[in-house]
Amino acid sequence: MPAATLPRSGLAWRWVAVGVVLVVVAVVAGLSVGPVALPLHGVLLEVLGHLPFVHVHSGLTAREADIVWSLRAPRVVMGLLVGAMLSVAGGAYQGAFRNPLADPYLLGVAAGAGLGATLVIVAGQPASGGGVVAPLPIAAFGGALLAVVLTYTLGASGDRRRSTTSLVLAGVAVASFLTAVQTWVQQRHSDTIREVFSWILGRLTTATWHDVLILLPYVVVTSAVLVASRRVLDVLTVGDDEAATLGINVSRVRLVVVVAASLGTAAAVSVSGLIAFVGIIVPHTVRLLAGRSYRSILPLSLLFGAAFLALTDLLARVVIAPAELPIGVVTAFFGAPFFLIVLRSTRSAP
Amino acid sequence: MSERRVPSLRLVDVTVEVDRRRLLDSVSLSVEPGEWLGVVGPNGAGKTTLLRAVAGLVAVRGRIELHGRPVDGLSRRERARAVALVPQSPIVPDGMTVADYVLLGRTPYLGPFAVEGPVDHAITAEVLEQLHLLALASRPIDTLSGGERQRVLIARALAQQSPVLLLDEPTTALDIGHQQDVLELLDKLRFERDLAVVSTMHDLTMAAQYPDRLALLADGRVATVGPCEEVLTEEHLSRHYGATVRVLHGPDGIVVVPTRSRRGSP
Repeated sequence: MPAATLPRSGLAWRWVAVGVVLVVVAVVAGLSVGPVALPLHGVLLEVLGHLPFVHVHSGLTAREADIVWSLRAPRVVMGLLVGAMLSVAGGAYQGAFRNPLADPYLLGVAAGAGLGATLVIVAGQPASGGGVVAPLPIAAFGGALLAVVLTYTLGASGDRRRSTTSLVLAGVAVASFLTAVQTWVQQRHSDTIREVFSWILGRLTTATWHDVLILLPYVVVTSAVLVASRRVLDVLTVGDDEAATLGINVSRVRLVVVVAASLGTAAAVSVSGLIAFVGIIVPHTVRLLAGRSYRSILPLSLLFGAAFLALTDLLARVVIAPAELPIGVVTAFFGAPFFLIVLRSTRSAP
Repeated sequence: MSERRVPSLRLVDVTVEVDRRRLLDSVSLSVEPGEWLGVVGPNGAGKTTLLRAVAGLVAVRGRIELHGRPVDGLSRRERARAVALVPQSPIVPDGMTVADYVLLGRTPYLGPFAVEGPVDHAITAEVLEQLHLLALASRPIDTLSGGERQRVLIARALAQQSPVLLLDEPTTALDIGHQQDVLELLDKLRFERDLAVVSTMHDLTMAAQYPDRLALLADGRVATVGPCEEVLTEEHLSRHYGATVRVLHGPDGIVVVPTRSRRGSP
């Protein structure tokens, strides 16, 4: 028997540790920073006190505890969920299409969601919505799914060789068309243009526990499917034909991954608005830092994406406080230079 | 007479048409366990299509059997356990290590959401050791030389543990020494593992020395099949390749030499 042990290049636990630390930092900072400054140790103890079997007193007043739990916590959690979802979906799209530029918006998800949201807003519904059934997220979700179904139907081609390219091109066409319709609707109702733009640029301002509970099952189920597909996505890197000779049903794998990633993305943007760029920079940063195997890209994108968006939201809150920047602006403004630094400082291109 | 075994691979009247062009036309062949069949023929004769048909990458009419079982009844994964293909110019993922790449050969034994277990790692390590690749295990494949790379590609196919091994031009882009290394390796492996090997080959002199039998394809048809000396004749090569060659019978076997004299002249 050969006693050889193989070098394993799967998930590196030190990067998992880094990701966990970043998430913790993002959560604590997100809960402490705001118009009302709260003591850091008080916030920490307050959170610890809510863990099972831990009995500590935070020293926060009832009003301060309320700020933590009712205002800041849902927003922070929403940032974590949306960031994790967009990032893991981006990484999965890049694997499924073997295209480094693929992201959750590739198949028209953003354009569809934008159109759905615009229609609701011009119909006079408030963008930030109470009620058990808020119409805006549902319309955005419906629009996103409609776009993906359109793209998949129009882009599906009998020829396996061409199907990836034709799917991407169909996505571009569907996105352009839906964006054109959205722009037209928006121009016809210039009174609501501000509100439409504020949704399109993304915001977590209005996040409630209710939104979190709507989003949570989508994020959990779809990211579980995507992370479980990590090995198969590695197999796809050798190309469709070779993956097929290795016993992979390529079109089925691609369908499962694309449906899961699109569903999760649609759910995320329906509550957060369109937050650009996260699905590209987070998986690529992970790829540059921790290697190109999807076994590390997908799980680490969950952690890094969650921390990235929560921290970005924090920046959006403090940069021009008491006003807030749209988070989509911040992700691009800080994310793009950061990504370029990572790109330049690592020897290997993604 | 020894008892004939069930052929590892049998094709009966296999026809492939793509966009109304007939790439393979009623091809019938069979390969025994441990046997090496070389496939030769001019460019566009259908050599690669033949391998792709057996691997299940193109739709075929006719009958393909692996160990007596018609392939129509096999799932993708079952087929991948029965036949492995080393393509001529495979896509080698940037930065993937040799060990990870060879481990991909275990894919047919894993469900869609499963990950490799200890058995898969042990088999991969064994293959790497047999092909003297352990020292390279953590190197990215894109940093290897041509000869090392070809060994890695064969290693991935061996990790598939399939009794039929298809290779498309396994020696392209290798220098003559490394061509011999690769062909010697295949020759050793097929006896050790009782593999049925089907390889398309460009170099006719090499084709005369390694495979047990040759099949000469022309225009999608099997023009002739049999022992090398029956297939590699000046007449066959002139008719199907449009080539003027001299076929020399030396002590080490057949040597095919291109000559400049026009057809018909001495």
